[in-house]
Amino acid sequence: MNDQSPTHDERVAGLKGLGTSRKRVEDARFTQGKGNYVDDIKMPGMIYGDFVRSQYAHARITSVNTAAALAVPGVIAVLQAADLAPLGLHWMPTLAGDKQMVLADGKVLFQGQEIAFVVAEDRYALADAIELVDVDYEALEVVTDPFKALEPGAPVLREDLAGQTKGPHGERIHHNHIFRWEVGDAPATDAVMAGADVVAEEMVYYHRTHPCPLETCGCVASMDKINGKLTMWGTFQAPHVVRTVASLLSGIPESSIRIVSPDIGGGFGNKVGVYPGYVCSIVASIVTGRPVKWIEDRMDNLMATAFARDYWMQGKIAATKEGKITGLWCHVTADHGAFDSCADPTKFPAGFFSICTGSYDIPVAYVGVDGVYTNKAPGGVAYRCSFRVTEAAYFIERMIEVLAIKLGMDSAELRRINFIRKEQFPYQSALGWEYDSGDYHTAWDKALNAVGYDALRTEQTQRVADFKAGKTRKLMGVGLSFFTEIVGAGPVKNCDILGMGMFDSCEIRIHPTGSALARLGTISQGQGHATTFAQILATEIGISADLITIEEGDTDTAPYGLGTYGSRSTPVAGAATAMAGRKIRAKAQMIAAYLLEVHDNDLEWDVDRFVVKGVPERFKTMKEIAYAAYNQAIPGLEPGLEAVSYYDPPNMTYPFGAYICVMDVDVDTGVADIRSFYALDDCGTRINPMIIEGQVHGGATEAFAIAMGQEIAYDEMGNCKNATLMDFFLPTAWETPHFTTDFTETPSPHHPIGAKGVGESPNVGGVPAFSNAVHDAFRPFGLTQSHMPHDHWRIWRIAEQLGLHA
Amino acid sequence: MIPSAFEYYRPLSVSDAIRVLVDHGDDARVIAGGHSLIPTMKLRMASIGHLVDLQAIADLRGITVGDTVRIGAMTTQDELITHAGLTEAAPILKEAALQIADPQVRYMGTLGGNVANGDPGNDMPGLMLCLDATYALTGPDGSREVKARGFYQSAYFTERTDTEILTSISFPRPVGGLAYEKQKRKIGDYATAAAAVQISNAGGKVAAASVAMTNLSDVPVWSEGAGAALTGTDCGPEAVQAAVAAMLEDINPSEDSRGPVAFKRHVAGVILSRAIARAWSRA
Amino acid sequence: MAKMHLTMTVNGKAVETLAEPRELLVHVLRERLNLTGAHIGCETSHCGACTVDFNGKSVKSCTVFAAQAQGAQITTIEGIAGPDGMHVLQQSFREHHGLQCGYCTPGMITRAYRLLQENPTPTEAEVRFGMAGNLCRCTGYQNIVKAILAAATEMNSAKEAAQ
Repeated sequence: MNDQSPTHDERVAGLKGLGTSRKRVEDARFTQGKGNYVDDIKMPGMIYGDFVRSQYAHARITSVNTAAALAVPGVIAVLQAADLAPLGLHWMPTLAGDKQMVLADGKVLFQGQEIAFVVAEDRYALADAIELVDVDYEALEVVTDPFKALEPGAPVLREDLAGQTKGPHGERIHHNHIFRWEVGDAPATDAVMAGADVVAEEMVYYHRTHPCPLETCGCVASMDKINGKLTMWGTFQAPHVVRTVASLLSGIPESSIRIVSPDIGGGFGNKVGVYPGYVCSIVASIVTGRPVKWIEDRMDNLMATAFARDYWMQGKIAATKEGKITGLWCHVTADHGAFDSCADPTKFPAGFFSICTGSYDIPVAYVGVDGVYTNKAPGGVAYRCSFRVTEAAYFIERMIEVLAIKLGMDSAELRRINFIRKEQFPYQSALGWEYDSGDYHTAWDKALNAVGYDALRTEQTQRVADFKAGKTRKLMGVGLSFFTEIVGAGPVKNCDILGMGMFDSCEIRIHPTGSALARLGTISQGQGHATTFAQILATEIGISADLITIEEGDTDTAPYGLGTYGSRSTPVAGAATAMAGRKIRAKAQMIAAYLLEVHDNDLEWDVDRFVVKGVPERFKTMKEIAYAAYNQAIPGLEPGLEAVSYYDPPNMTYPFGAYICVMDVDVDTGVADIRSFYALDDCGTRINPMIIEGQVHGGATEAFAIAMGQEIAYDEMGNCKNATLMDFFLPTAWETPHFTTDFTETPSPHHPIGAKGVGESPNVGGVPAFSNAVHDAFRPFGLTQSHMPHDHWRIWRIAEQLGLHA
Repeated sequence: MIPSAFEYYRPLSVSDAIRVLVDHGDDARVIAGGHSLIPTMKLRMASIGHLVDLQAIADLRGITVGDTVRIGAMTTQDELITHAGLTEAAPILKEAALQIADPQVRYMGTLGGNVANGDPGNDMPGLMLCLDATYALTGPDGSREVKARGFYQSAYFTERTDTEILTSISFPRPVGGLAYEKQKRKIGDYATAAAAVQISNAGGKVAAASVAMTNLSDVPVWSEGAGAALTGTDCGPEAVQAAVAAMLEDINPSEDSRGPVAFKRHVAGVILSRAIARAWSRA
Repeated sequence: MAKMHLTMTVNGKAVETLAEPRELLVHVLRERLNLTGAHIGCETSHCGACTVDFNGKSVKSCTVFAAQAQGAQITTIEGIAGPDGMHVLQQSFREHHGLQCGYCTPGMITRAYRLLQENPTPTEAEVRFGMAGNLCRCTGYQNIVKAILAAATEMNSAKEAAQ
C-alpha cells in the first residue's frame, strides 16, 4: 500500500453514492437548450394532426362538413369516428375499466371533446383547416353537478351504457352512476358514531384541478410500412403500458411496436393515460404512411386531458370527550366527468383513498365511494400524488380540525393524542393497509419546535384581540398538516394497470473497463432518475455514479416497467436497482474469489472492492473484477457481468411529514400573505438531499397553487371557466412563498435500501397546511369549513358571511 | 395558437400607415407592441387581413418633459419605467407601469397600444383619465386631439375611427401626490380593482383631487364625484368614506373568475382608500 | 399565403429563411432554424418558456410575428454560452438545482441573462419580480432564485477581478 492510495472516506466520496447531493447529469443538456422533447422531434416527411373540438358540453352531432377544410392547400385528410370504426378504434378502453370515445360518435359529452382529427402538411394549414370544419350540434341538457346527475330525472349521458346495470366495479344504481366501492366496517362504524361522546360531521370538498405540466401532451407516430414497425415518441409516463395498449388496440404485435418517451417537460400524472391524440396519430400514420405529429395547445390540455380530484367527501369523526378518536366514516361522491378514465390500479376505482385514516390510530372506519358521470372532461388522475391520496389526506386533516373545533381543543394536541405510536409499526389500519414504519411523535415535536408553535398561538390570540378592537384588519392563521401517504404501487397480487402487475425493473451491464449501463422500467419527467438511480447503484456495486449511465423510456431496450407516477419509482424501481446491483455484487464476489484464490466467504465488501478478511492488502476492486469478467475463463461462471431484477414489492411504502404554514389574511381584500411554510419530510433513506429539497419546493408550490386559487370550474352550461393560464392559477416566482425544509429519517423495513419516495409528499401534505391556515384564521369567529380554492373572493366571502365587514 | 394569414406593412411614416388603413378599412389594423393584439389573433378572436406595424415610425417615439409631458405612442412600458426625466417629473407612470403584466410584456407593450384599444382591463387608460390626458389622433383628414376623459365609449369602442392612429399622449406635469393601487390575483393578471388618484394639498386641505378606477366597468371610470368628495376636506376617514361612496355610484363591475360583483365593489373601495392614503402622504 | 424572405442575426450569425408573415417567431426559430431550445407552454403569452433576447430585450417569441422580426438581433439559449464554455448562469443553475424537467429552463436562463445585464446586483425580491414572466411547475422557483443570485455574485466578482 502506498501513501497515495485513497482513504476509505475518499473512496466513499468518489462514488457519489447514496446520501450525496450529487449534481445532476441531465442539466448539461437542459441548460443549453439541448433537451429532446416530443415537439423537438423532426422526421422526413412528417405531417401534423390536430382536433376539431366541441364547443358544447352535451350535444348530438348532426353533421360535420369538411369540404372547406379539405380544400385548404396542404390538408391531407379529416378523420371522424366513422373512419375509425372499421378498425374498432372509435372507442378505446380506459385504465379504469370504462371506455371512452376517441372521436365523437354521434354525440359529445364535454366541452373540448374531440370531434374530428385533421391532418395537414404543416401546422399553419392545419389551423386554417380546423377553423373551416363546420359542425352542427343539437344541444342537450347539461349536468355538471354530480349530485344532480344522480337524481331520477337527470339527463342520460352514456347512451352506450344503456341498460347496463353492472360496470367493471360492480352494480350501477343509476344511468349516470359508475361504481360503488366500499371498504371497512359499516355496521361497526355506525355503532361507534351512535354511541360516541362527540361526533363532528362535515362535507369536505376537494375541488377539480389539473396537473398542467409546462409541456402539453403530444406524440409523433410513425408507421414504417416497409418493416411493419410502429414507432411512437410521446409524453408517456408509462411507455411499456402504452406499447401493450397500442398492440391490443391496433393488432400490431408488441415485437413490432417501439414506444419512446424522450425528455418530458413535467408529468404530474397528466401523461399517464392514453389520449385520443395518440390513437388518431397512429391511425393517420398508418393511413398516410408518414410520421404524424400531434401536439396539443394549452387550452386543449386544460379542457380535455385528465383532470384531478373533484371529490365530495362527507365525513363523520367520533371521539371521546378527551379527544381520543374512536371511529371515522366517509362517503365520497366522485365526479369523473364524461368517462371514467381514472388512472388507478384496476382493483381500486377510488385509488388508495382508504388511507384516509391518515396518521391516526383509528380503530373502526368505513369508506364508501360512488363514482358519477357528468358533462365534464374525463378522468381523474393522480396529480402529483399517489392514487387519491391527496384527497384522503385533505379529508382527514380537515376532519381533525373540525373535531378539534367541536372539542374546543388545540388541533396540534389532538393530533398528538391520536398519532399511531412508533411501537405500533408495522401498523394495520382499520381500512386494510399495513403502514411500514413511522415515528410521528418525534417528527411532530421537531416541527412544532422549529416553528415556535406556542409563540405563534400567543401571537394569534393577541391578533384576534387586536382585530376585535379595530386595530387591524388582518387575521393570522396557523395551518397544521401531518400526513401519511401510501406510495410505491405496488404488490402484483393486488396492484395492476390493465392487468400488468405493478412491479418494476432494472437491468445492468458492467463494461470491461469498469463503467456501467443500467436501464429501468420507469421514466423521469424531471425527477432526476439519471442522477439518483446511478447513486443507488454506485453504493451497491462500488463504481462511481459518474461512470454509470442510466437509461429509461425506450421500450425496445428498457426492461418492462409500469412507469413513473404516484411516487413509485424509488420504492419499486429503486428497489429493483438495488437488487440487481446485489446480483452484480454476488457474481463479482465469486470472480474476486477466483482471482484471489480464496473461498467466496473469505471476502468482505469494502466500498468498492472485495478484501480478504484479515488481509487488507489483498483485494480486488470492482474495476479489476469487471475486466476479469471479460478476460478470464472462470470455471462455473459465464463470462460478462450483467444482472436483471424485476421487483415485486411486498408492500407499499408510507412516507410521512409535518407541514406548518403561517399566513396573514386581509379580511377586506381576501389577500393571504404566506409568512412562512415549514416542511418536514420523512421519506426513509435519503438518496440525494438536494433533489429531495427540490421536490419539496416544487410540490409545495403546486399545493400552494391548488389551495389558494387553482381550479377547473364550469358554469351550468358546461363551459370551462379556466381553460387558459389567464384564469388557471399558476403562481409566478413573486407569489410563491419561501419554503423551509427539514427531515427525519425512518427507513422502510421492507425496502432494500429503506427508501420510501418523496416526489409527491409536498402536494399531499401541502394542500392541508395552506387550507388549514385559512380555516384557522377564521376559527375564532366560527368558521368550520369553507371549500377551496381559497382565492381572494372566497376568503372575502368567508369574512362577509361571518359578519367581519360590518 | 396560430393566427389567420395577413398582409404585412412596415411604413416609415404616419401618413404611409394611414394610407393602408384607408385602403382596407376595418380589415386593417395597426400593431404596436402586439401583446394585446397578437394573443387575440392567435386565439382567432380577431381576423385581420392587413397588419400595419408601427415599429419603424420615428415620429411615434420619444418623451418630452416640460409643463406638459408628451409621450410618443410607441413608447414601451419599459421605457416609461427607465426614463429618468419622466420618473422625475411624473413618477406615477413608472409606478403604474411596474404593475402591468410582466417584464417581457413590458419590453414590448406600448403606452399607445395600452390606451388605444379600449380593453377595460388595461391599466394606463384609468391613469390617463386621472391625469386629464389628451390623446393626439391623426387620420386621412388631419390631426385632432381628444381628451382621454371623452375617449372611451364602451368595451373596445373608442372615439378613434378605423382610419386614425393615436400618435401621442400628453398631460400636464402632475402636481401633488399620486398613487396607483392595483389588486390582482398574480403578476400578469388584469386588475380585480385598481385606482389612480391625484391629490394636492393646500394648507392641510385637499385643493384638488382626481380619481379614476380600472376594470370595474366596460370602460375606465373617472369618478368626478369621488374627486369632489375629497376636495376641500382634510382627507380624513369621513372624506375617504364619502369618496368611496361616490366612486361606487360610478362603477359597474361584472362577475368573472376574479369574483362576484359584491366582492369587486368592496375591494374597489378598499383599493381606492389605500390609493388616497398614499397619494395624500405624498401631496 | 406567400412567404417573405426573412433575415435576422441569431446568436451572432446572419441567418435567412422563408416564412409567412404570420409565423410566430418561436416557430421560425424552432422549425426553420432548428433552434429548439425555446419552448412552447401556452398560447396566451403567459408562461415565458419561449423567451429569447430580442434586440436587447427579453421577449416572448410566441408573441412576435416573423414579419416583425425582420432585421432583428436575437440571442437564444443556444447562444448564451460563450466561446470558453457555459455561461455562469448555466453553471449556476446546475450548481443550485435550479431546474428539474428542463422545459422552462431555456426561457429562465435567457431572461435571467438580460435581468442581470440591467441589474447586476439584484435583491431576492428584485429577482422574483424580474423573473415573474417565466412560469415553472417543478422547482417552486426557490432554487432558480438562488442560482440567479449566485450567478450575479460570481459575475460581479469576475468583473472586479478583471478591473
